[in-house]
Amino acid sequence: MDRRFPFKVLEHIFSFVDSNEDRNSVSLVCKSWFETERRTRKRVFVGNCYAVSPLKVARRFPKMRSLTLKGKPHFADYNLVPDGWGGYAWPWIEAMAARRPFLEEIRLKRMVVTDECLEKIAASFRDFKTLVLTSCEGFSTDGIAAIASTCRKLRDLELRECIVDDLGGDWLSYFPETSTSLVSIDFSCLDSEVKLSDLERLLSRSPNLKSLKLNRSVTLDVLESLLRRAPQLVELGTGSFSDELDPEEIAKLTKALSELKQLKSLSGLWDLLPEYIPLLYSLCPRLTSLNLSYATVMDLIEDKGLKTVALCCKELRELRVFPSGADLDETDVTLTEQGLVSVSEGCPKLESVLYFCVQFTNAALVSIAKNRPNFRCFRLCVMEPFAPDYRTQQPLDEGFKAIVERCKDLRRLSVSGLLTDKAFEYIGVHAKKLRMLSIAFAGDSDLMLHHLLSGCQSLKKLEIRDCPFGDTALLENAAKLETMRSLWMSSCFVSFGACKQLSQKMPRLNVEVIDEHPPKTRPDSSPVERIYIYRTVAGPRLDTPEFVWTIHKSPEVGVSRLSIR
Amino acid sequence: MSPEEELQSNGSVASSTRNIVGVLKEHNYLGLSDCSSVGSSNLSGLADDDKATISLKATELTLGLPGSQSPARDTELNLLGPAKLDEKPFFPLLPSKDEMCSSSSHKNIASGNKRGFSDTMDKVPVYTEKNWMFPEAVLATQSVIKKEVAQNLPKGKLSTTNNSSSPPAAKAQIVGWPPVRSYRKNTLATTCKNSDEVDGKPGSGPLFVKVSMDGAPYLRKVDLRSYTNYGELSAALEKMFTTFTLGQCGTSGATGKDVRNETKLKDLLNGKDYVLTYEDKDGDWMLVGDFSWEIFIGVCKKLKIMKGCDAIGLAAAPAPAPRAMEKSKMRA
Repeated sequence: MDRRFPFKVLEHIFSFVDSNEDRNSVSLVCKSWFETERRTRKRVFVGNCYAVSPLKVARRFPKMRSLTLKGKPHFADYNLVPDGWGGYAWPWIEAMAARRPFLEEIRLKRMVVTDECLEKIAASFRDFKTLVLTSCEGFSTDGIAAIASTCRKLRDLELRECIVDDLGGDWLSYFPETSTSLVSIDFSCLDSEVKLSDLERLLSRSPNLKSLKLNRSVTLDVLESLLRRAPQLVELGTGSFSDELDPEEIAKLTKALSELKQLKSLSGLWDLLPEYIPLLYSLCPRLTSLNLSYATVMDLIEDKGLKTVALCCKELRELRVFPSGADLDETDVTLTEQGLVSVSEGCPKLESVLYFCVQFTNAALVSIAKNRPNFRCFRLCVMEPFAPDYRTQQPLDEGFKAIVERCKDLRRLSVSGLLTDKAFEYIGVHAKKLRMLSIAFAGDSDLMLHHLLSGCQSLKKLEIRDCPFGDTALLENAAKLETMRSLWMSSCFVSFGACKQLSQKMPRLNVEVIDEHPPKTRPDSSPVERIYIYRTVAGPRLDTPEFVWTIHKSPEVGVSRLSIR
Repeated sequence: MSPEEELQSNGSVASSTRNIVGVLKEHNYLGLSDCSSVGSSNLSGLADDDKATISLKATELTLGLPGSQSPARDTELNLLGPAKLDEKPFFPLLPSKDEMCSSSSHKNIASGNKRGFSDTMDKVPVYTEKNWMFPEAVLATQSVIKKEVAQNLPKGKLSTTNNSSSPPAAKAQIVGWPPVRSYRKNTLATTCKNSDEVDGKPGSGPLFVKVSMDGAPYLRKVDLRSYTNYGELSAALEKMFTTFTLGQCGTSGATGKDVRNETKLKDLLNGKDYVLTYEDKDGDWMLVGDFSWEIFIGVCKKLKIMKGCDAIGLAAAPAPAPRAMEKSKMRA
């Protein structure tokens, strides 16, 4: 019996399937579902830009309107991936410009984006609406100006923590003179000053603006004037928060802030002076996201401060607390584990945490886990490598066990402090929904890796540095690697020989050795400095620099480093 | 100094143990001999035949894939578990009981071996290249070692090591650690008044001390070197803390000539009776103003703006006021 739904019916049903994971599953059912799904997918997500070729993606999804790409491994954020590794946006932009001119949204993370790319985007996609660049580099404000001036329907222009060649603030004046359709604009990573009048006028003619993230050069004394023009903001990233204001200015600013009735997210706050914190109180009850990362330069947000957050910000969903910078060795720093415990007690909706702290205790972790079993993202960085529980001198195994046992929905975890293989056994047993795990300076042996690879069913991204395991666990669990997006290991004990074996065993993995020394000149048993392993259907990439070697599939060749320049 | 030399002269762990066990002659590129040496130095409690067992086993396992070396390392790590080698290497059914019980006393040794590993990792015994692309990694790892030593010593677990050379090096950064985006670090760095603090010159860098005030929920930090006399310090503190007093401060009548800080603050902070005190190197709380400015910045560790009534008994006497002492105890 050959009963198939008519294409139109299938199409209609699939239009309700939003998540790409579901769509991926749908596409595996049968050929006709594959065809229907691919013809209807609008939002395409490629988690590793080298996993598939741009051409294939462009051809497969004729109706695509939105493309999201990620490039470099996450540890590139911490200088563990040398410059020039790769992650170039150009091949993708070029392919899409030629084949998918109706593309409206491009989101790139950790990729190299040039002005040429931006100009190509501006010139090729006439309905272009959304450009979000996160942790990207390689472009200048000229490229931004091209986007601003040419993309008449632009809604989102977000530069999140990008390294931009900042040639000046003129780009802001390039937006259309008539009203803009801007919904969000984030230029917090730029250094140069923008003209206040340009900014004020832009805000006045952007009635749909919901998210505004200023850069540091926007001083506190002008903030009031900007907020007055955009009281409908849902997200605000202030500029510098440290100028001296006279009482009248303070009063005006207080009023302007309290007018932001829909504000849910607060960031920026550069150089925040504690005496200005009360100005923000009116916003706290509604906040779901609070980013204090730039606020703690000269002063410390300590446990007391976090207690206040716990008392006031009952809607808080995400909290990030960064180290204060210069004085990590201070023994009497009073940002301790207690701060996080307070917040976990007081904020019932808290689900995502990034917390830096000098030392921690198992008891605190157990409390936190008890208080907040709804964590989805828990990233704790105990800044002392190998630091045990400072009260009991035990490893933090039991503490993290509590976290993974209780937080059943945990998707992302970063561990730190003194950890033995036991900790990873617990993670392997309990963290069934864990997708991303980051590890540094931990474990005792290959068991650690074995526990993770054999236990964590949903694991997609694993990144490890400075851990003492070797080849065996990796080779034993090679098949697992094809179910993951990527594995990063640096300063571990994986040998070149194991890399070769792995690559030969697993045809659809790219095993990249990132090392100054050509692997061929060293014995097979020598450890390699950095390895990046990822699944791909695109074969070895063609744009590797001198210090990256993709292990060739055929044993005689060893390594290949093809490059096209 | 090449990284290797530096390692040998400064790495107290490596140098003190290099002489000990010559039995283990492993592949140099994994540096297992060094590893084992590190382990051995801490094996002071182990019987000789255990060491021999380890070395024998270790030698046996040199054949084959590099991965099979791991059990040897495991043995060194889990000192009381040489028996583990007889089991299937990586998946012992149960961790040895001894290992569990001794975890607390041996974890530092485990850490010690970790140091050995990372030590080994970045040594250059075979590859004589000097131009590592990432030289910081080598130096940085050493700093991990040294910092580890410095950290462990007070707990008295490691007897064979000394940290005499470590304090300045302990401040060296490990590459990419803590994992804060370099973008963010750069942003923060531009606000620091002096970036030459990194060079470690004590005389020229900024001198940050915390300033707290009774009743204020936050601390501030000031760089004492950015002022040249008590007057400037006082003015700056007044600016910082005025919001915590009721009403507005009058304009500063500071002539900068007063030496006694507490008088100034009393006048300016709206008639409220505050005094400025500091904690000196001995942990005593003293009234600010007794010494010349230069001496003061040399001894001042912390500042505190206290209510006058709480400072009774401080005077210029070294004995701290009870309440202040409690507070400083709580902070410690």
